[in-house]
Amino acid sequence: MSVLAALARLRAAREGVAQPIATVRHCHLASRPMVLVPLKLAGEAAAPLGAVVGTDPDHPRLLVVPQPRDRDLRFSFAAELAEVLLPYVEGFAGATETVERRGGEPYERCLDAPQILVPNRPAVTFLGLLGRSTRFRRADGPCPVHPSVPLLGRWLTYFADRSHRPGSSLLLAATEALSTHWATGQSALEDANLAALVGWIDPPEGMSGARAAEEAEDPLLWPPAGPATDPGFDNEVLAPAVRAYEEAPSGHAVERVAQALRTQLEPTWRLMWRAAGLLRALPEGGRVGERWEADRGSFTRFVERLAENGPPQARRDGAVGAAARLAGLERAQAGYEVQRAYDDPLIMAEYRLTGEAFAGTVTAADPGHAEGEGRSRKLRPLVTVKTADPVQPAPGTVLGSPDRRGHAAEVVEVAGDEITLKIVKGMGRGRTPAPGSVPEPGERVTYTSLTGDFPSSPALPDPELTPWTHGGPPEEYVPGDEEAREEWA
Amino acid sequence: MNDEGRGMTPQREAAAVVDAVLADLPRHRGVVVDSPPGAGKSTLVVRAAGHIAETGEPLMIVAQTNEQVDDLVERLATERPDLPIGRLAASGYVAPGRIQARPNVSVAGRVADLGDPAVVIATADKWAWVGDRTWPWAIVDEAYQMRSDKLLRIASLFERSLFVGDPGQLDPFSIVDGERWAGLSWDPVQSAVSVLLRHNPGLPVHRLPVSWRLPATAAPVVSEAFYPFTGFRAGTGPADRALELTAGGMRTCYDRALEEAASAGWALYELPSRHTVRTDAEAVRAVAVLAVRLLQRAPVAHSERGSHRVTPDRIAVGAAHRDQVAAIRAAGVPEEITVDTANRLQGREYDVTIVLHPLSGRRDATAFHLESGRLCVLTSRHRHACVVVARAGIPELLDAHPSAEPMRLGVPVRFPDGWEANQAVLAHLAKHRVTPLL
Amino acid sequence: MNRLDALRGPVSARPHDARAIAALAANPGCARRALLDAAGVDKDRTARHLGVPAPFGRSQFAITRGNAFEALVKENGCAGLLRLLRELFGLAVEEVGYQDVESVGAHLRHSHTRALIDRAAREGEGTAVFYDHPLLSLEIAGHTSYLEPDVVAFQLGGRFHIVEIKSFAVIDGQAAPDKVAAAARQAAVYVLALRTLLTDLGHDPRLASHEAVLVCPENFTNRPVATSLDVRRQLAVLRRQLARMTEVDRLLAEVPDGLTFDLAPDGDGVPTRPARELAEALSRVPARYAPDCLSTCDMCMFCRSEARECGSTDLLGRQVRDRLGGVSGMAEALGMAEGVLTPAEGQEEIALLLRTAERLRQECLR
Repeated sequence: MSVLAALARLRAAREGVAQPIATVRHCHLASRPMVLVPLKLAGEAAAPLGAVVGTDPDHPRLLVVPQPRDRDLRFSFAAELAEVLLPYVEGFAGATETVERRGGEPYERCLDAPQILVPNRPAVTFLGLLGRSTRFRRADGPCPVHPSVPLLGRWLTYFADRSHRPGSSLLLAATEALSTHWATGQSALEDANLAALVGWIDPPEGMSGARAAEEAEDPLLWPPAGPATDPGFDNEVLAPAVRAYEEAPSGHAVERVAQALRTQLEPTWRLMWRAAGLLRALPEGGRVGERWEADRGSFTRFVERLAENGPPQARRDGAVGAAARLAGLERAQAGYEVQRAYDDPLIMAEYRLTGEAFAGTVTAADPGHAEGEGRSRKLRPLVTVKTADPVQPAPGTVLGSPDRRGHAAEVVEVAGDEITLKIVKGMGRGRTPAPGSVPEPGERVTYTSLTGDFPSSPALPDPELTPWTHGGPPEEYVPGDEEAREEWA
Repeated sequence: MNDEGRGMTPQREAAAVVDAVLADLPRHRGVVVDSPPGAGKSTLVVRAAGHIAETGEPLMIVAQTNEQVDDLVERLATERPDLPIGRLAASGYVAPGRIQARPNVSVAGRVADLGDPAVVIATADKWAWVGDRTWPWAIVDEAYQMRSDKLLRIASLFERSLFVGDPGQLDPFSIVDGERWAGLSWDPVQSAVSVLLRHNPGLPVHRLPVSWRLPATAAPVVSEAFYPFTGFRAGTGPADRALELTAGGMRTCYDRALEEAASAGWALYELPSRHTVRTDAEAVRAVAVLAVRLLQRAPVAHSERGSHRVTPDRIAVGAAHRDQVAAIRAAGVPEEITVDTANRLQGREYDVTIVLHPLSGRRDATAFHLESGRLCVLTSRHRHACVVVARAGIPELLDAHPSAEPMRLGVPVRFPDGWEANQAVLAHLAKHRVTPLL
Repeated sequence: MNRLDALRGPVSARPHDARAIAALAANPGCARRALLDAAGVDKDRTARHLGVPAPFGRSQFAITRGNAFEALVKENGCAGLLRLLRELFGLAVEEVGYQDVESVGAHLRHSHTRALIDRAAREGEGTAVFYDHPLLSLEIAGHTSYLEPDVVAFQLGGRFHIVEIKSFAVIDGQAAPDKVAAAARQAAVYVLALRTLLTDLGHDPRLASHEAVLVCPENFTNRPVATSLDVRRQLAVLRRQLARMTEVDRLLAEVPDGLTFDLAPDGDGVPTRPARELAEALSRVPARYAPDCLSTCDMCMFCRSEARECGSTDLLGRQVRDRLGGVSGMAEALGMAEGVLTPAEGQEEIALLLRTAERLRQECLR
């Protein structure tokens, strides 16, 4: 945690209310997201207990598994979830645009993409496991399930995988999204409690955030946001209800379990929409759209993969797949860090504090300055910036600026609190700089050594050419009956 | 220490290992050589390169950074002036003077433009862009610092390879969480050697048994703390090395610390216990003053190679974080002295090093601070002496360190444990403590 | 009376089970916890009496699942377990003995375990035996703790492996890292106890292997899968921790005379000590609260509210406190940031950093 964020936490603790640590929203927020709050049975890896799901805050759909140890009931839960989730997701697949790209074939990209909001990271993990336990199922063969079940499994796997990608907004965990924008007066560990976190950010009238967070720790007032349930609820409410269902699986018994789960899910459902509202109220960062575009592209490719009847995602990444994914994630991480800083002065301030960026006022400019003669003459405008920021960059360092796209400057000299820069990029092709491309005296500017120039990563071998150092070519994947039949009990 | 090494001179013991390595080369697809700090890794690489070149078959050499590549090119070009060497480099690379002047070295951005040299050397990143040719032989240097995904990109370029590296230094890392691949035999964030050996457990692994860099005062300490199972010994005896401060001191605490280091090989310059920010000004200043004072004392190094004045380029200052490096630099360390993080000091050698202890002033240690490889790099760069600057209280901090590291199935346990290694080094440093007068 | 007994009051010391021993290293810097543990004070009961129990409930669904899985693995004299171990270690044995130590009655269990282990270590060669519910003991700060016998020890040719049966799933070769770590710490406790016993009996302690075996349900099934766990690191931590516990004298020296955490139970065992007085007594021994305590220590709620009362930066997490250069008070740190508090000697740097941070924050939020 940065000193800046630590300071925000201190202040939050004193004021009794969360403090902003971002001035813009760094995630995409869909106009019609789908909220999904799943619950799982304690002691099991991925046995669903129930869920609320939907796109309308006033009309949550409650899904219930009256006996969570019953295999058939679990699959009907999956089928029911598919009934809600698949039409929503597939609804975005139809409308596309054609994207031209330099040096490549144009391709199609969906105009918009689905967005699923869950309470926290464990919910993402749970959806991933639910995906793992359903994507290999088959509608035919020895243990048939509804055809929507394996398809749901693939989608859930896709969303869970994608959510590990820095800057992706297809599947968001509310606690994480909120924590990137607000600092509370408690620890990051305690911020994992959604009710406490929302309490700090948006306490009820007349109550401090600290008090609201304290209340949020009482499972009777605020049931946990899942997927784990409160042990007290399990022992005192759920267990008797499930037992009653076991003894007499009537509609009444189902309703009793449903009622029990409703008490646990509804508060979180409301919290989720409040969280969405809090995020929506923030202005969107300038480069969020760019990342959402990447999400749309990824979504489109997955739709195409499904249409081509490709096999379900493997259990684990192969050698080549793992390296490819790692390269993608590292690029996304580096890009996300730069973009956030460029979009948000408060994030940039963290770099200013550590000396990797500075802001100041232009005191002098020589826009016509050039180096070399004749044909090798290069336009190199000089700009002097006065700054009060702490550490200053070494001469020769190349800097970017959030103020101008494609702009780059090199540090020429540091004298006291004045830094002289030589602009090396982004002035246009003319003999004089394009209008507005060189900062003028009096202008407030920010420069940073954090830049978005990443070398592209070299190609990987085809998986079937995996070298001997990495185990040689993998066996060809054939989805077997065993996986389709795998017990879920 | 190897049993078979007992009773042999260090020279003979090391030579026997090198012979065994060379003999194994044609017998196996891969041969791994573990080399503790300064154990003659580069010498081995040069020897093996010459050995392979004599067969008339072309060789590719892989190193991890441009600096390492240039070092190897220079060394190979000097020792084998008969050997045509190609230095493959990315665009924008400017060959340093020490390479430009060599008649037997060609530099180019594409293999085709190098002519047809017997040996082609490049970084792993550059090799990953070469795809149209294979080499019968490869040598991969600093293979423990190479991430396995890099090896994956270049492994199809060679038929057989010698992997050389130091298992005690820093493991490769990623800026993203690698949990997803934990336990996989081809985990891309593991080192190239660990992935290689998991898929080819039968490959021979040799160990260079003698450190030619570390003096007799340092080899046992570093060996015990960071190589507890394999171990190594110093190639020189206590009488072979001496660091002489030829200009008189003023009996300041800095002088005392430098004198202790000169006579004992180690000094712990211990500031009063206090929790501080990372760029602890007092500690940073102490590091800078020690560096300046060291030069003022006109140090001369005597060793088996003869005697020479310890010039600023033979001195390095190491720290854990970049902001510490920046602060030390800003505190007035002479420009020719190297100041860098442990990551960037890997594989380098100096006469004297000054180290800001990673745990100095911390209240809570993180896994980053405790990583044994970090301390190993920092305390094993020197030929003569190492001065460690730290605040008192590190034993208490270690004592209070909660042990709750997560554990992943199928991931081999890494030794030594950072906690134990830190304790071992501190216990030794405590014998060479100098405290400033207050 | 021994000082530790005085601290605990006239009740018997709470025995440490493997879980408790494994948890000793969760926060070794905490003097309060170290003393409570060394004195064998029942922390859970203490926290309850203070009205601030830790939120560590267990769901009966989880308990049922755990028991059912364990029973399944041990079915038919651990027949299924043998199959797993054969695969894991590449064993050729067909036959394996099964000894349930629980069958002899609680008071004899420990000596029976001793005798069985002694015989196995002596006869070794060619035998393979499971010992179910072995009762092992470990010396903790001068008290003998008997370890809850919820493991199986497997002996082959005189070499022992501790088998931990856990009901969390191993999915495609991966399991929750915190749960694996907890299992490894517990296994290390048994390995150490077994080694101590072997040493006692005059055998080579290394007969107890540092390779423990973790048995968990595989994927989403009830089918058990075995993985080996190298617990050498956990063993080293444990040894250090136990050695530290014998050094409580250092802590006791700081304790005021007459201090006690006695709950003063009445004839029915109901505590009668005024909670306020108990809280006051506890606060005489410094704690080192960190948010991680919320999942590891029974006293967490008490220490957290204490940290809140004094506005400690510990509340915000170890990392934050470290970032603040060790400044312990939140008001102090804020005062320095806002320039209303003159930094004490040695705080100039963090004060400057905080002031700069504050300036940047104000500038960006204007």
